Parts: sequence; structure tokens; C-alpha cells
Amino acid sequence: MSIKKIHTEQPNDFIFSNENLKIAEKILQKYPKKNKKSALMPFLYLAQKQNQNWIPLAAMKYIAKYLSIPYISVYEVATFYSMYNLAPVGKYFIQVCTTSPCLLRGADKILKICKEKISQNENQLSEKSQCSWTEVECLGACVNAPMMQINNDYYEDLNEANAVKIIESLIQDKPLKPGSYRGRKNTSPEKNNQFSQGEKNA
Amino acid sequence: MLKESDKIFKNLYNQFGWDIDNSLKMDDWKNTKEIISKGKEYLINEIKKSELRGRGGAGFSTGLKWSFAPKELGSRPHYLVINADESEPGTCKDRDILRYEPQKLIEGSLIAGYAVGAHVCYIYIRGEYFNEGERLQEAINQAYEKNFIGKNACGTGWDFDIHIHYGAGAYICGEETALLESIEGNKGQPRLKPPFPALVGLYGCPTIVNNVETIAVVPTILRRGAKWFASLGKPKNTGTKIFCISGNVNSPCNVEEEMGIPLKELIEKHAGGVIGGWENLKAVIPGGSSMPLLPKKVCDTITMDFDSLIENKSGLGTAGVIVINKDQDIVACMARIARFYKHESCGQCTPCREGSGWMWRILDRTVKGDATVSDIELLEDVTKQIEGHTICAFGEGSAWPVQGLLRHFREEVDKKCSGDPIVKKKRDLPYLVDQHLLEKKNA
Repeated sequence: MSIKKIHTEQPNDFIFSNENLKIAEKILQKYPKKNKKSALMPFLYLAQKQNQNWIPLAAMKYIAKYLSIPYISVYEVATFYSMYNLAPVGKYFIQVCTTSPCLLRGADKILKICKEKISQNENQLSEKSQCSWTEVECLGACVNAPMMQINNDYYEDLNEANAVKIIESLIQDKPLKPGSYRGRKNTSPEKNNQFSQGEKNA
Repeated sequence: MLKESDKIFKNLYNQFGWDIDNSLKMDDWKNTKEIISKGKEYLINEIKKSELRGRGGAGFSTGLKWSFAPKELGSRPHYLVINADESEPGTCKDRDILRYEPQKLIEGSLIAGYAVGAHVCYIYIRGEYFNEGERLQEAINQAYEKNFIGKNACGTGWDFDIHIHYGAGAYICGEETALLESIEGNKGQPRLKPPFPALVGLYGCPTIVNNVETIAVVPTILRRGAKWFASLGKPKNTGTKIFCISGNVNSPCNVEEEMGIPLKELIEKHAGGVIGGWENLKAVIPGGSSMPLLPKKVCDTITMDFDSLIENKSGLGTAGVIVINKDQDIVACMARIARFYKHESCGQCTPCREGSGWMWRILDRTVKGDATVSDIELLEDVTKQIEGHTICAFGEGSAWPVQGLLRHFREEVDKKCSGDPIVKKKRDLPYLVDQHLLEKKNA
């Protein structure tokens, strides 16, 4: 269960855009007619996407009405799952995995870089709301550790030097490409990759 | 070592391309109609004969699970749900199947769906795997175009639809009943069992929940025969398995290998060995973070299969091998895992909700050198209080790694406990049990 803070400044209204209304109808078709509530999680994603990557309370109320379910059912789901942002995040939302497999390979150093380059505190927006960062639990790319997720993309096999480069590219609004930063093919083993003594825990 | 020709996932690293034309070249969707036309009983029996055990962690017989679904379709529809909520630290095998072997998964879903009488399949993908989900959707669309799924799928007369449902960052949704709750649009909190999902599952209907890897190996088993699959690995631990080797190894990777491969061979041959050499090995977590760790002397000889790991008080779990060498602080590493469980507890059962926090705080104190010897006894007690007292297996998952640490590295933990008994010194630690004994403000 994640701890979440509801944003203090909330917009008064929220409605799905015409485009999203069409997507919403399509989502509803995936589930049996009497189980409309199943569409709640996809709808929250939709609202999040429409509203600069965070969900205002008005959107929860709107979705509750749309699906004819109590507001609290929407609220409890939105606060239970960690991927629903209930306060604004940066245009580039950086999630650094720090669970053990990543930690063993130096995720704490990536975290330090985020603190220095973006903002001192987690979920604190940098200048012009360009970036924000947060520490997350296992993102499921353990053999490519350490790694971070920026919006939807995985940046893998990082070290301090290229983590700095990636974050600077985000600040300049020219994001580098996602993928492995050691040039390997996905999760395949690398041949002759003996770490020298100095960087063995990098 | 597994022969190249016996590998099931030939495109694990995307050497050949993922789209349907390339998959067809690699024998996906070959003879699917004939296989299905042999009937439900044949399919279930063949999977039983292959002794395939679920790849999601518990290692339950897949054929047996399928046979729990009601034989005849009643008034309630049947559902097949595929668990792609891969969140166990150390595990990243399903991601590669979703990205690079999607047709194996889709074909497996059709066969499994037919065997359990399901017309609809939901694939529950963790929200972080957004790109992987998009990829899978593309692959599903390609399969629809070729009429491999949809109305009269593959010409078998069976209608079959696949929908993707995204999770949103909750580890607990990997538990099958929590996953069903999540698809229904609720908080992911596990249900009491029985009734088991095979009888009362999604929307109260019979539901079979399987892991991605389990379903993805099914078509190959049926094409090449249960005998072939059973000939690999060890008795009761048959077949191949994708191992994810992470942590302090020279080249961390995913690799498909035979079940029962010695751990040392796995690490040295495929992952380039432990950083600093085998002698520098401290411990290995063999099956994702919830399995107890193994010290080096066990690692020297252990083989990677369900039963031999259980004998050593651990488990194969998801086969996410996390290697920890002597340059690391093992207590800090386990404290981080304890923090993971504290963060991910769904909060439904008190022993787990509160206990996972206790374990993390005590371990965190130990790392900082603030703990007392009595703290460690308390810690051991807490793990026992959680284990077996919760609705789902998350309780065990959070307690076992700590128990493993205490079982094998007690001396090391004790050495870090330099703090005096806290009550005597009246120190201001807000997480204390004996808060009422403190005189400080926040007590």
C-alpha cells in the first residue's frame, strides 16, 4: 500500500475528451455488460493520460458517475495502486528502481544523481515542471539493473555517467533513446564482460 | 546443458524478430487445429503426463489445475486468466515472452482456453510493462487477422477472445485471487480460499489462472509430445525453465535451461561467474526475493529444481536468481527486501500489515548498528507470527527471507547489534514496542 497525498489545488471539473469517450466505450466492450466496474482501472489510466499524468478528484467523481458506482469505490482504487498519480508529476516522470537486485548494482548512485540534478525531494517538480523523480519497487528488469523508467520507457544497464547524460537530456527536453546503455541485445548474456576491480559494484 | 534444439523460447533475445511471420517460421501455430481436435481430455492428460509444474512460483501441477475446471459448461461462463503481473524482485522472464514470443503465449491461451472451456481470456499485465502490453496487443491483432483467434479460432469451431487488462503497480496482484479482484475493478486484496478460483473465480465464474511461462510452453509440449518434455530435467521437475540471473555476476542475463541444472554451472556458464570469482560468493537467493537465501556452501552443490530447493528450506519460486557476493552487506540487502514487503503489503491482514513494517524497521536498525541482541529475538518472533497467519502467501513471502537470513547468517547479524537494551538508555526511537516506557515527546 502506497502512501499518497492528494494535491491541494484541484480543478473543479473534469470530463473525458470526445476522443477518450470513444476509447472508453471500446474499453467497456472488453468486459461483461453487468460488470462495468472492471473498466475502472483502464478509465483511471485514461483520465490520468488526459490530465497531464495525474488524476484530480473531479475525474474520480466523473468516472464514478460514468460507471454508476459509488465515489468511494473509485477513490479507494485510485489510492491503492501506486501508478495512479494523485498530484502533478513532471513532464518526464522518472522512476528509479531501488529494490535489492538493482541496489546490488548501484541503484543508490542513480538516486543520488536524481537528487542532485532534478530535485532534493521525491515527487518534487523541477523547474518549469520539466522533471520529477520517485523511488519505486521492483520494475521487473532485474537482469538489466540498475535501471529507471521514464514515462513508459525503460532505460537499462545504467552507470553513473550515462544516468547523468540521460537526466540532462530530459532537462533540455531532448530525451535520449531508451534501452540498454551497454549496447547489449535485450537480456542476452554478454561475452567477455569481466568487471575490473574498480567498477565492480558500479 | 540444454541442447539448442530442445529450447522452447528460441527468440528470447529477439534474434529473429517478434512478429507473426517470424513466429510462423519457428513453428508457432503449426498443427494447432489437429492438437485441439484431439479433445479436452487428451490435452489435460498430455499436460499431466508431461509433469509440467506452474512457473509462477508455487510449482503446482498445471494439468491437475486444468482438471479442476467443471467438465461441462453450465450457466456460468468459464474464464482463463493469464498472470503477467511479474513483480517478484529478481524475476524478468515474462517480460521477454511478452515482447519477443507473444505468439507462443497466444497459441497457448487458445489451447488452454479450449481445455478448460473458456471462450474469454484476460491477460493481466503489470502497468509498468506498458510497452510490452502494446507489443502483445499488436501480436494479438495479428493473430486475429489470420483468424487464429476470434470466431471459429483456427478452424476448430471454438470462439476465443483475448483481452489485456493492465495492473497499476501492486505486487500483491500477482496473487491469483487479488488479481481477479483487480480485474473486477477493486483493490487488489486476496480472497479467502476455499472456494478456489477454479470453481468461483472471476465474476463468480469458474476461472483458471496460469502464469505466462506456463501457458507459453504448452503448445511446444503438445507438438513435441509429453514424453519429450518429461525427458528433460529431473523426475517430477521436468522440462526447461527460464532463469533470470541478476545481482553480482559478470554478465547478468535471462537464459533458458534444463530444470535441475546445478546452480554453480548456471552462474558460471551463463552469467560469466560471480564478480570476484566463485570464492567471493556470499549467498544466493534462488527463486525471487520471497525465497530464503542459500549460503555459499549449499550453493556449491545445489541443483535448481523445485524439490531439491525445498529440501534445503528454500524454493525455486520464479527462478529469479539473485547473486550476492562478499562485497555486499547481506543485512542491508535483506533489509531492502523487507522494505519491499512493507511497501507492498495490501493491508488486509494485521500480522502482515504490521509485521512487515516491524521486520523492516528492526533490520534497518541492525544495519545502522542501533539494534540490540533482544531485537533479533523479537525479529525472529515476528517472522513466526506472520507466517501462516495471513489470507494469502504474501505473509510467508515476507517472513521467509528474514528467517533465511537468521538461519544462515545469525552470527553476522548479532555482530551488528551493538546497541544497548533500549529501555535502559531511554533512547528516542519512535518505532519501539515499549513506547509507553519512554519519556520523550513522541512516545
